[in-house]
Amino acid sequence: MRDLQKAGPARRVRSRGSGPRWAMRQAVRFAVSLAALLVASFAMIHLIPGDPVRASLGPAAPIELVQARTAALGLDRPIPEQFLTYVGNVLSGNFGTSFLSGEPVGEIVAGRLPNTLALALLATVVALLVAVPLGMGAAVRTENGRNRGTEYAFTTVTGTAVAVPEFLYSIALVTVFAIGLGAFPPAGKAGAASYVLPVLALAIGPIAMIARISRAETLRELGSDYVRLARAKRLPAARLYLRHVLPNTLTATLTLGGLLLSALIAGSVLVEYVFAWPGLGLKIVESITQKDYPVAQGVILVYGAIVLVVNLAVDLALAALDPTSKIREA
Amino acid sequence: MKPRLPRTPAAVAGAALVAAMVVLAVIGPPIWGATAERIDAAAILQGTSTAHPLGTDSLGRDLLARVLVAGRFSLALALAATLIGGLAGIVLGALPSVLPGRAARLITGAVNALVAFPGLLLAMFTAVVSGLGARGAVLGIGVAIAPGFARLTQTLAATVAGSDYVSAARMLGVSRRRVLTGHVLPNIAEPLILQLTQSLGGALLGLAGMSFLGLGVQPPSFDWGRLLFDGFARIYVTPEVALGPAAAIALAGIGFNLLGDAMAKAAARTAPAGKKRTAAVPPDPGEPDPGAVLEVRGLSVAFPGGATPVRELSLTIAPGEIVGLVGESGSGKSLTAAAIGGLVPYPGTVGYGRLLLGGRDVATLSGKELGTALAMVFQDPMASLNPALRVGGQLAEVAIVHQGAGRAEANRRAVDRLGHVHLPDPAATARQHPHELSGGMRQRAVIAMGLMATPRLIIADEPTTALDVTVQRQILRLLREVTEETGAAALFISHDIAVVGGLCDRVMVMYAGRVVEELPVARLAAEAAHPYTRALIASLPDMDTDRDRPLASIPGRQPAPSDVGPGCAFADRCALATARCAAERPPLISYGEAGRVACWEVK
Repeated sequence: MRDLQKAGPARRVRSRGSGPRWAMRQAVRFAVSLAALLVASFAMIHLIPGDPVRASLGPAAPIELVQARTAALGLDRPIPEQFLTYVGNVLSGNFGTSFLSGEPVGEIVAGRLPNTLALALLATVVALLVAVPLGMGAAVRTENGRNRGTEYAFTTVTGTAVAVPEFLYSIALVTVFAIGLGAFPPAGKAGAASYVLPVLALAIGPIAMIARISRAETLRELGSDYVRLARAKRLPAARLYLRHVLPNTLTATLTLGGLLLSALIAGSVLVEYVFAWPGLGLKIVESITQKDYPVAQGVILVYGAIVLVVNLAVDLALAALDPTSKIREA
Repeated sequence: MKPRLPRTPAAVAGAALVAAMVVLAVIGPPIWGATAERIDAAAILQGTSTAHPLGTDSLGRDLLARVLVAGRFSLALALAATLIGGLAGIVLGALPSVLPGRAARLITGAVNALVAFPGLLLAMFTAVVSGLGARGAVLGIGVAIAPGFARLTQTLAATVAGSDYVSAARMLGVSRRRVLTGHVLPNIAEPLILQLTQSLGGALLGLAGMSFLGLGVQPPSFDWGRLLFDGFARIYVTPEVALGPAAAIALAGIGFNLLGDAMAKAAARTAPAGKKRTAAVPPDPGEPDPGAVLEVRGLSVAFPGGATPVRELSLTIAPGEIVGLVGESGSGKSLTAAAIGGLVPYPGTVGYGRLLLGGRDVATLSGKELGTALAMVFQDPMASLNPALRVGGQLAEVAIVHQGAGRAEANRRAVDRLGHVHLPDPAATARQHPHELSGGMRQRAVIAMGLMATPRLIIADEPTTALDVTVQRQILRLLREVTEETGAAALFISHDIAVVGGLCDRVMVMYAGRVVEELPVARLAAEAAHPYTRALIASLPDMDTDRDRPLASIPGRQPAPSDVGPGCAFADRCALATARCAAERPPLISYGEAGRVACWEVK
């Protein structure tokens, strides 16, 4: 969440554009980032201090087993050759096999990715649906410094909610609603009810933050001339806010929503851990603590790729949405 | 002056929480250290009891004492991670401003890519590579924090590096390193320190998260995250054991966030609002004028703190008449328009003896009646159309909302009105977004919007000021044409007495919130009586003006409405002023034929 707060405004300032040159730059940037990610995930297993095979098999393992495993993984080959093999494997969908279970990493990821995406997507949708009306309502009520009490309550509550990390929300929700009241299942994925608590835990922080952004954006729009003119036309309040103000606040809010999605995919690691949710996040924690490096390597690669794809998609969507960027095409 | 923290409860609470954390870090281990390590085989894995308010762990150690002791380690780790991340980020961010182009672009690109990457992933990657444990977690969180710092430093440094004093230093041959340490860094220190404070909270939460996942601090060391990790394993049996570390982490996060917010606010603080003041309601305004489109008697607009930018203004507009309201900026003319339209922004308050539109008090008119009877045109056509909506839709909604027209009928009428204001291809214009039109076209569209209903009064607030001279003339002609065609009256507000003279039937001159003179336009040039009006006319250049001489201007400045003394507001700038002018305000009295003037020296 906090990374998002820092990244949000900076990304908005960056000039957006359109046209072939802009698209070209986006494509190049995406390709370079993807290549860097591939190098980083390859390097990971080699940067681990000591011998990763020895570390995973434990100090008691016979030397022959370690050597055999090292040879089977190709870790005894020269580094450049290993890298080429790795890239070739990844491109053909082979992410290696788990040290522990012998399962292909690709299958593990494919089985768990949908669960993580479902959590992140649902939380993003819930956050936007709750936060945008909340922020707009607060802006309308506190325009030009009226209702200072409301403004104060809003900033204090959202400021506090943003500062509490998602794993504490998760623990609190589990304790109260699952263990205490028994209203929802405390862990695992089983039916619609099991989604409620994890989605809520993921969404609370983003709700507070998007509500703040939405309020600030709405306040800015309310001060503009076109709102003054719309008010002079005596439009009904619903029409004024929904048709005139809302679309102009959406660019910023959706930019944030997109960034949010990639942050939530990462943030879900902690929530999945609390709720024992069978997603990628739980898997990465398990694989790191169990020193199952091929799995950790594969999951980090997939996580990173998802983040890059989401960021690219947000940029493309905004270029298509923002009417002012069409000037440059004409 | 250094910015001081505001004394809001949130700021005080934030500062108190952070201070409590620091105190706990100092006194925690010496006071409770022994208790926290005391193993008691008789009391393992207990829940709440009087001896152990938060229960005990698997070795029977008191959890409350362990939470209190862990504060120091948690804070120290967060501090270390913030320093590592801050230092790395500042170096990365400052390098592009002193490195040659290619290397600078490479670093900038890398930072931009990393900023968009979730911090937790970076932290986990780093933690795997550097080995599980406190060291790996601190390094990981440091790496996660660094890109944000680098981006901030880069932005700040680019601003400073582009400034004149850095260019000057470079021209004098100062080395790149000296420029960085002597000029760039000192000027960006303050926002960086603010960022450091805010990052500290983030680092603390990040480290707690890592330890909670079992990827951070390992036993026998413990921080709050590790205590939560242990407590969470027992949450089904004794949920209270998770309470202590959870509360500590939450309070620390909230404390740092509130303090950071308060510090950021203190850096950009606005003046507090003054006391509230309501515009005075003037005495009985006399009999209403049944034939007038607009009748205003004793209109005042007041703001908290005592400013009253419009005072006791009265005006009457007959059907079809165009009345000009002239004055310098700050004379209150735009607020007069806003008050008539009911658009004075909060916290301003409007008082009036009478404010009748078509013979009825505006306060009793419904939105529908006001929305159709009154049309407004503002100064900046670039800003007064909604950038997100098509032009036609913005016109059509007046008919849809107020006149119950269907969508097709409303659109047809919108195209018709756009044609009315001489837009060349009205059907195409209706389908366009505002940014696709020129300024003049937009102002025509705004006027067309006013014509969607059957307006009785058009209020145009500096409608041509933002346009160039030829477009200006076209818009003025259009306004004149529109009033003649529809029979609507108009209140035309301008700072330019020449424009008003060319368009209007009657002129009112405002000065410091009051009307000082009112007269028919035909007599403006020859018979203006008030010294201010005469000075305005004299300052206009015409064909006979000697171009070798400087333009005539009125010496001095218009006083703010709150600075006006008991006398005439213009007295300080008036060549004719006497002692009486400074002491006593002249009333607005009838003068000549159909004119009024407020001046002691006009006989």
